[in-house]
Amino acid sequence: MSATPEAKPESARRIRFAFTDEQEQFRSAVRRFLEDKSPTTEVRRLMATSEGYDPEVWRLLSGDLALPGIHIPERYGGAGFGMVELGIVMEEFGRALLCAPFFSTAVLAANAILNAATEAQKSQLLPDLARGARLGTLAVTEPTGEWDPARITVIATPDGDGYRLDGTKSYVVDGHIADLVVVAARRPGSTGHTGLALFALTGKASGVERGALQSMDPTRKLARIDLRGARAELLGSLEAGAPPLVRTLDQAAIALANEMVGGAQALLDSAVKYSKLRVQFGREIGSFQAIKHKLADLLLEVELAKSAAYCAAQAAAVDDPEWPALASLAKAATSETYLHTAAECIQIHGGIGFTWDNDTHLWFKRAKSSEVFLGHPSYHRELLMQRWGI
Amino acid sequence: MSRINEAEVRAEVREWLAANWDPDMSLVEWRSRLADSGWGMPQWPKEWYGRGLPHTLARVVEEELANVGAVGVAKSGVRLLAAATLLEHGSDPQKKKFLRRILTGEDTWCQFFSEPGSGSDLAGATTRADLKGDFWIINGQKVWTTSAHHADHGLLLARTDWDAPKHEGLSYFVIDVKQPGVDVQPLKQMNGHASFNQVFFTDAKVPQENLVGRVGEGWKVAMTTLAHERRGADGLASPSKRGTRVGKIHAEERVETEKANQPYTWYPQRAGRVDLILERAKETGANQDPYTRQEIAKLLILAKSAEWTARRARAAQQQGRPQGPEGSLGKLAASHVARGCSRVHTLITGTEAMLTGKGSARDGIIAEILVSVPAVSIAGGTDEIQRNIVAERVLGLPKEPRFDTGPFRNVRKN
Repeated sequence: MSATPEAKPESARRIRFAFTDEQEQFRSAVRRFLEDKSPTTEVRRLMATSEGYDPEVWRLLSGDLALPGIHIPERYGGAGFGMVELGIVMEEFGRALLCAPFFSTAVLAANAILNAATEAQKSQLLPDLARGARLGTLAVTEPTGEWDPARITVIATPDGDGYRLDGTKSYVVDGHIADLVVVAARRPGSTGHTGLALFALTGKASGVERGALQSMDPTRKLARIDLRGARAELLGSLEAGAPPLVRTLDQAAIALANEMVGGAQALLDSAVKYSKLRVQFGREIGSFQAIKHKLADLLLEVELAKSAAYCAAQAAAVDDPEWPALASLAKAATSETYLHTAAECIQIHGGIGFTWDNDTHLWFKRAKSSEVFLGHPSYHRELLMQRWGI
Repeated sequence: MSRINEAEVRAEVREWLAANWDPDMSLVEWRSRLADSGWGMPQWPKEWYGRGLPHTLARVVEEELANVGAVGVAKSGVRLLAAATLLEHGSDPQKKKFLRRILTGEDTWCQFFSEPGSGSDLAGATTRADLKGDFWIINGQKVWTTSAHHADHGLLLARTDWDAPKHEGLSYFVIDVKQPGVDVQPLKQMNGHASFNQVFFTDAKVPQENLVGRVGEGWKVAMTTLAHERRGADGLASPSKRGTRVGKIHAEERVETEKANQPYTWYPQRAGRVDLILERAKETGANQDPYTRQEIAKLLILAKSAEWTARRARAAQQQGRPQGPEGSLGKLAASHVARGCSRVHTLITGTEAMLTGKGSARDGIIAEILVSVPAVSIAGGTDEIQRNIVAERVLGLPKEPRFDTGPFRNVRKN
């Protein structure tokens, strides 16, 4: 795979299996912020709004905490950290189920620009994303719902000093509110991974028609975007769009994997807590082996998934040649674990677990939508086998 | 400070090795010198064949021994578990009688803990020891005993008080295995190997001075043995590093290692051999089948995640942090991996999975894996016991209600 912009010394290229003290402190700071700003009462309030986030909370997390630019180099206005720190943010957001356009802006749009754009474009576009002044997203999938870049059909036609985009994108995270949409499109007549490129499009440009989709997980808003001759700017060079797009999707898979292990841990904590409180047949239900063994197995599953998610982030941070394979590994491992943990958490809660009033369904829905978002586990398992040359 | 000590230790051990190490001595002769000099177990106390050095400096001594290609004291089997237990709970005459011959390798040891009626519930032992005159008279049956057929001494957990609660009525003895009344039989497993023994005691005699600790303290003493076992104090010598060394000592040591490893010839298969999955899939072309590819990927993801989880636990420890839950999960993870392997091996091998021996898949190795895997989720505490431990100690769930309190005599048993 291509190297990161900055060449790293050999000692910094080894995968670490523990977080540093600074990283742990950073995690604590993010967690404290979320405990204060994103209790489930807030999650429930925001998921019912059409924007899906609280601009004041967004301002705070973009300001002092500087989270949207955590992994963006300092020369583009970011904090200059990497995939591991981004993973920590995602894990904590997943635990708290924060409603905010973070994944779309920081993970998808910013990484797409970092991977594809020219120096001048990065300097122009990234600082606003880093300080949360503009919201961004990435539009890859189309109404067929396929994640393989080879399936892209939106056409980019040269038009003066820019391009015109025609076609339809769907399942675009926060696509209804993004100020900047990075669109994956192809040269007319091209197929497969050739002829692909990424384009920067203003959300409110003419020829752009956006509509929020009714999504099963209301904490993560999705949109459909119809493009009819919408004017857009080419990011980087034409024809060379596939590698940066694939790289962006792999980074997104790792970020999502970390988000999912945070959610799985929150569900496990909730199930353990409930099993210590709930009394049936004269005993706390957590004293029954049927529940104990279920929870011990879930703990094992969640810890294994964490190992996969952390290891993929560490590998990407040091640009280990294996990291794209590990991105697929982590996505497949964590999405199955997340959904299974959610289902078991409902089961342990019994009837109450299936009610709207109980919070478990909030994570269940995130788990269900994350299972297919960026590609089903079976898609990533096949990708893993190909990437390992099996 | 410790830097100066390290240099001093290195210099001293080098000088001693220059004067004493000779690969053409007999193994026992060399190890006698090691034991008497204290360089064989430098972390042990000075009065008992050691030098009272901290573990960091003991490692320095090991390095120096390795540098000249010198073999260490006898470590294989239950020897070091016995030594650690005796060092902590044994009387001075016991230490004097047993420790040196453990280090020289003259005596081999085994462990009589598990019983047919008490597997995971080790404290439920019903092998009895009754005091008659100067001797304890042993009657009962032990099982899953490794290497009892060539052991000289055994560590024995037996019940001496039937009216005390279960954990308080046990005592701990050293028993001479090669005496009348001790009948050692191989225990054949479902995979055809006999890696263990079952042992029958009929009026076998243990002199009073072989009681370790006080009467009724057997469980406490056994916990020391078990703690050392979990820490892997009895790690088998690694013959691969020493295979090329020449000289009488090395030849004798190789024989000793082979004998100690012999019960474990099938152990490499226990984890299910993830490595063979890919080789076999390519051989058979099963890696072209979309369903098999999915199953292989699932297994590889599981195995990799388990490996990384162990590395996370080690990394936390190295950083001086308390281990998180990841540290308690190794055995459960290994059991999942082994079962997954069995499933995928069967999928890849197909109909041929019904055959064993020469001419079958990989000349019987695959068949052996398939029938060996069930041991993984039982040996060393069943998965169910592991889950209880994880649930209670890591997740803090309420304890099981107990029905085995009060006098052991009244506790329901097999």
